[in-house]
Amino acid sequence: MSERVTVDEVERVAELAHLELTPEESGHMLHDLNAILDYVAELNELDTRGVVPLAQVSELFSAAGDGELRADALRPSLDRATVLNEAPETDGAFFKVPKVIERQ
Amino acid sequence: MTDETYVQKPKTLAELRAEIAAGTTSAADLAASYYDRIAALNPRLNVYLSLTKERALAQAERVDALAAKGDPLPPLAGIPVGIKDVLVMRGAPATAGSKILEGYRPPYDATVVEKLEAAGAVLLGKLNCDEFAMGSSNENSAYGPVRNPVDIERVPGGSSGGSAAAVAANLAVATLGTDTGGSIRQPASFCGVVGVLPTYGRVSRYGLIAFASSLDRVGPFAGNVRDAATLLAVIAGSDPKDATSSKAPVADYAAESDRPVEGLRIGVPAEYFGKGLDPEVRAAVEKGIKALKAAGCSVKPVNLPLTKYAIPVYYLVATAEASANLARFDGVRYGHRSAASGNLNAMYSNSRDEGFGAEVKRRIMLGTYALSAGYYDAYYLKAQQVRRLLAEEFLRAFADVDAVVTPTAPTAAFKLGEKTGDPLAMYLADIYTVTASLAGICGVTVPCGATAAGLPVGMQILAAHLNEGTAFRVARAVEAAQIQE
Repeated sequence: MSERVTVDEVERVAELAHLELTPEESGHMLHDLNAILDYVAELNELDTRGVVPLAQVSELFSAAGDGELRADALRPSLDRATVLNEAPETDGAFFKVPKVIERQ
Repeated sequence: MTDETYVQKPKTLAELRAEIAAGTTSAADLAASYYDRIAALNPRLNVYLSLTKERALAQAERVDALAAKGDPLPPLAGIPVGIKDVLVMRGAPATAGSKILEGYRPPYDATVVEKLEAAGAVLLGKLNCDEFAMGSSNENSAYGPVRNPVDIERVPGGSSGGSAAAVAANLAVATLGTDTGGSIRQPASFCGVVGVLPTYGRVSRYGLIAFASSLDRVGPFAGNVRDAATLLAVIAGSDPKDATSSKAPVADYAAESDRPVEGLRIGVPAEYFGKGLDPEVRAAVEKGIKALKAAGCSVKPVNLPLTKYAIPVYYLVATAEASANLARFDGVRYGHRSAASGNLNAMYSNSRDEGFGAEVKRRIMLGTYALSAGYYDAYYLKAQQVRRLLAEEFLRAFADVDAVVTPTAPTAAFKLGEKTGDPLAMYLADIYTVTASLAGICGVTVPCGATAAGLPVGMQILAAHLNEGTAFRVARAVEAAQIQE
């Protein structure tokens, strides 16, 4: 198996993804990512020069009216109190989170 | 070894409707009998994560009042239905099989939930599944695996394992699941029930906790093809709350399924019958193809040579989209927040670390890597290019045939724990289902036989975009041949 991903990269990607990995988890992740990336490398056998990437399949079979935008009109959304009720911490009007910037 | 104590075929919609209309049973009694069966079997099978009794009984009373007046009954009047726990019901738990959503009570209903209730369905509760629908065995649920009612030492398949097992064990007459790479079709095959992959955009996803948005679909499970078709007609259609839903008119799929298959052209792709296919699965599917010939279909080979690239494409596209969709679980607005966090970034990371399971983290990592600077073109863009080639290959095949038939999965249900140590081996359980997911086409899986050990085998019937009626017709013919045996 070739080593496509390094320990440093696993740590950088974990940081991007806001995941806190233990050293043990990092080790497993390194192994699994390399195995999976090795496997997906077979896509390189295919010449895809000039092929337009397909991000969404709806373009392949659109029905009449598909893709039309709805009227840009105001409509009621969920009630604030109902939504805030599900939050871990609020002040009644806003979501509360821990300190964003530490004062030196 | 099969276990007859758990498997029970639900009555058909037609039978139950007739009983409710005639007053020989009531929707309330029916719901109560299902809750009794759930109380008896759920501790062993782990199919339901939570029950919505109050809401179900109120709905049953409404249906019974209609029946008492002699009013015409809606298509699912009084029918007990279970909902996969990635779809939201107002005020009921919605865990998506994850610890990170423990305690969450969504303040709204999914569109499919509204549609089922408007059609008279009685929604019994929320069904177990792999965490965020990521898995092929249901072993990734944070709330423990579902057991396969056919053999409780085996997995029910995944990710909609609870949805498939509920129908197989008659813990619901029908259920809803979701399918991103095979999550309806593979468990339906493993549990011996009918499962439907509707065309991308055919069914609204408003109220679905998203996994991979260019792939996710909502579809029904039922004990027979005609009932699955009836369910799909109820939940299909455009929805102003889901911009990806199609405005194409909804057909009467049950009536379509009644039409004979004589003259239909069936394609058989050699790529789905090669190395890795269990011989007993092959034999059952080949018998199903013979039955289609006997019913007057013409059968011819079709070529789908890009099939072997489908798993790599799928795992790049799906994980990239998942890494974006799952960014919303951050401990701010709902769900789990880590108690021990002095600043915002630590709160994000600790909450996600405590809340997500190993497979979810693995996929977020792979997706984040594939989207990160320097790798985007090599992985994500490349996968999207091959995705177009795969879709075009299907479109070419459907110029020559009305449906393509394949095994739904390479094996029958495997044992619990058999593949948990090897993520790649687990991903290969989806080898025959991910292609239709990537192409956006529709399909139905229908039981077509069993292994010598009595494990069910499913046949996958694929049809072109918005051509669900054809898939149901072919599935009915396979089902009819089974019943005649």
